[in-house]
Amino acid sequence: MKGSLIILSFFATGLLLGLFSWLPATWQNPDFGFIVLCALMFAVGFSIGNDPKSIKQFRSLNPRIIFLPLMTIVGTWTGVILVSLLLKNRSLTDCLAIGSGFGYYSLSGILITHYKGVEIGTIALLSNIMREIMTLLFAPWMVQYFGKLSVISSGGATTMDTTLPVILQNAGKNYAIVSIYHGFIIDFSVPFLISFFCSF
Amino acid sequence: MKSFVKDYLCRQKIKESKMFWVISFMLSGIVTGYIFRRHKFRFIQRLILTLIWALLFLLGLELGSNHQIISQIGSLGIEAFILAGAATLGSVFFSWLLWIGIKEKSSDK
Repeated sequence: MKGSLIILSFFATGLLLGLFSWLPATWQNPDFGFIVLCALMFAVGFSIGNDPKSIKQFRSLNPRIIFLPLMTIVGTWTGVILVSLLLKNRSLTDCLAIGSGFGYYSLSGILITHYKGVEIGTIALLSNIMREIMTLLFAPWMVQYFGKLSVISSGGATTMDTTLPVILQNAGKNYAIVSIYHGFIIDFSVPFLISFFCSF
Repeated sequence: MKSFVKDYLCRQKIKESKMFWVISFMLSGIVTGYIFRRHKFRFIQRLILTLIWALLFLLGLELGSNHQIISQIGSLGIEAFILAGAATLGSVFFSWLLWIGIKEKSSDK
């Protein structure tokens, strides 16, 4: 709970500082985010390698976990199809394209803007940012009520980078390889699925 | 159309090179961590948390300073929220089904 609030407050602080331009423009260098991400990946890798049990315990997991990316994709589509009935001014394929970003907001935002225009592209960007933030915020509850795989599914394409540390914290380090495998598969499927749904 | 395809391929390249760096940083982290496996570094968890905060701060900053997006956040934000919630809940539910299936299988033994 406390952890989630801190994450949210950092995001909100950044949002406000950007909104009122309280920071010099040099802060908005997109390379900063990438450098921080690389540092994070090194630190996460370090914590996995430093605890060799995490790799050994991976073998005790059920091999059926291989189907987890499929569950993520089918589950996302099911949710989006149901809710597209509510969003009457958006077509089903637009909604499916947005959902197929799986939290990968930078790529899905750019791609969908390209195919479908700024409005749908902006929804895709916001929606996928929200998915990542929801995963970061609700990870403890997801694991508690829906099992350890739920937080990996929820993270979508981000489970091998930004949401990986939260997954390790809540599901355990023996899920590191599952999480990376899942992120890798979903990550690669994002451009194909978005292009497919935008072709209608 | 041609320039669009070129554009797309170019983006794919950028994306792949980014992914390449992300994965190589993680792998080098794993190797380094393994080399020092006899020492426990307690500050690593704290460092990871701090870096997540920094990442979220930068994401907020990027979004907040994009006035084109901020001006539409009221109308489009609600739709985005509905879609994000549905996508998250749907995937959580389906992964739960797999989780239940796995649990039952392992209790058979």
